[in-house]
Amino acid sequence: MTERGEIRAEALMKRFGAFVAVADISFTVSPGEVVGFLGPNGAGKSTTLRMVTGVFPPTSGRCTISGHDVVRDAIAARTALGYLPERTALYTDMTVERYLRFVGEMKRIAAAALAGAVGAAMDATAVAHMAQRPIGTLSKGYRQRVGIAQALLGDPDVLILDEPTSGLDPEQAAEIRTLVRGLADARRTVLLSSHVLPEVESICSRVIILAQGRVVAVDAPARLEQRLRPHREVAVRAVGDAGALLALLRAVPGVLSVTGGPEPDGVLRYVVGFAHRTDIRREIAAAVVGGGMGLLALEPVVMTLEEIFLTLIGRPDGGEG
Amino acid sequence: MRPILSVARRELSTYFGSPIAYVLLAVYLVLSGYFFYSDVAFFVTFGAQYLPTALWRYVFLDFRLVTLLVLPLVTMRLFAEERKLGTIELLWTLPVRDFQLVLGKFLAAWAFFVVLVALAVVPFAVLYVFHPFALGPPAAAVLGLVLLGTAFIACGLAASTLTENQVVAGMVTYGVLVFFWFMTWNEAVGSEQWIRVLLLLSLFDHYLPFATGTIALVDVAYFAFFIGFFLYAALRSLQSRTWRGVV
Ligand SMILES: Nc1ncnc2c1ncn2[C@@H]1O[C@H](COP(=O)(O)OP(=O)(O)O)[C@@H](O)[C@H]1O
Ligand SMILES: [Mg+2]
Repeated sequence: MTERGEIRAEALMKRFGAFVAVADISFTVSPGEVVGFLGPNGAGKSTTLRMVTGVFPPTSGRCTISGHDVVRDAIAARTALGYLPERTALYTDMTVERYLRFVGEMKRIAAAALAGAVGAAMDATAVAHMAQRPIGTLSKGYRQRVGIAQALLGDPDVLILDEPTSGLDPEQAAEIRTLVRGLADARRTVLLSSHVLPEVESICSRVIILAQGRVVAVDAPARLEQRLRPHREVAVRAVGDAGALLALLRAVPGVLSVTGGPEPDGVLRYVVGFAHRTDIRREIAAAVVGGGMGLLALEPVVMTLEEIFLTLIGRPDGGEG
Repeated sequence: MRPILSVARRELSTYFGSPIAYVLLAVYLVLSGYFFYSDVAFFVTFGAQYLPTALWRYVFLDFRLVTLLVLPLVTMRLFAEERKLGTIELLWTLPVRDFQLVLGKFLAAWAFFVVLVALAVVPFAVLYVFHPFALGPPAAAVLGLVLLGTAFIACGLAASTLTENQVVAGMVTYGVLVFFWFMTWNEAVGSEQWIRVLLLLSLFDHYLPFATGTIALVDVAYFAFFIGFFLYAALRSLQSRTWRGVV
């Protein structure tokens, strides 16, 4: 049985001419879940979301929203849906309020309820004070808020956001991230895409990683990190004798691995590995300083998205970890 | 019905919220008013003849030109602008059907055109006050003009689904309409049977009888077919996103 708010995609495939944009993608998002699509540019995120939202049908495979087939039962499926396209979809000459009223009418909100629905959507996205401004005069951050307000109209069970923070400056992106996190409540299913790992980590309870039109991994963000890397790592930058520093680091209790050496500028850089769920950064710092070395920095080692994909594509795994 | 009206209303409010609508309105009225005045002056100078062939015919052949000039400029933005803004993608995920989008856009352009025609026939009423005339023939000609303009709109609407560039959409519309006009311009294009087929298809040859006050079923049917064909083409063109994607 399917429930309200469930998204179920089975073997979605999309071809444009001879080009296969999405090869084979299956996933299920449970009601109330917040799931992220993560993948490099060209991975097939937008194409998949477009099939889910019914922009175009899949070449093969099927998808349902709340049990309604998005192709055969399109109107019912779309009624439960809010969508923020990757490219903003705003009429720049309209005021915020008129634009939202138009989308609300198109979403079949009853005339008597329209003003209330538009007001609620503007409040939820903090754009009410811009209600009478033409959209073309708004900043990018505000335009994105209006786009999200539009998606919220009709109180959909399912919210689909395609790269909600792309093209925004870091401050605006952080605001939108906070906004999106606030939208994810128990009733509402959220599926969003991103090509930035920390963003998905901070919002989603589960990540679906796509590469080259396929699912390469599905997991909770924290466990994904564990799977990708055998242990936690920190980079030590210091000046002094390489051999002595290496010996010092290896002697710290809890250290599992040390790799590295002198950088081109003469500074020593060693990556020290230790178990997940432990934190021995203080001990490492104390050892370096205590050994008479000049400690320059202790930096977290963040895996870039490219490294993640290389690791994952090296050992494909569609399973649930 | 409601989504159709919402689409049409949004389109018209955008239209009248910008100078385009007023510029086109002014051009249409100045040109049609000038043609009306000059044709009446010509008629008066050369004296008492039969009105439908000596006056209405010339007036409505001139109106045809003005309509051909203006309507592609009205329709070129309809879907091209949605593509350019990216709003087309949102429309495709709302609980509306493609035919409702097509009909909403069509209705908006048509309503604007009806306003143009209504204002362009005001001089007829003024003339009627001073020199009453039989209303039947010019009424038939107005009907013909509305059918002709509606056909232009259907064609322009289809062209605007093809591209995100309004100018390209407008030029394609001019190209198609002028082709349907000039196709019987010169008998040398083909054999006699061939010409007969072309005459059957020519937009303006089906308009001519209306201009002289004759409503024939075959002409009405021709315009209905022309309009239906291009509305269907617009619908199919929107559905080409299935293999074309969102571009
Ligand atoms: N309409 C189209 N025609 C041809 N190729 C397309 C079309 N849309 C997308 N693609 C291709 O499909 C692949 C996946 O694109 P997309 O889903 O937009 O990726 P993402 O959103 O993950 O960056 C890309 O290689 C892109 O060039
Ligand atoms: Mg994308």
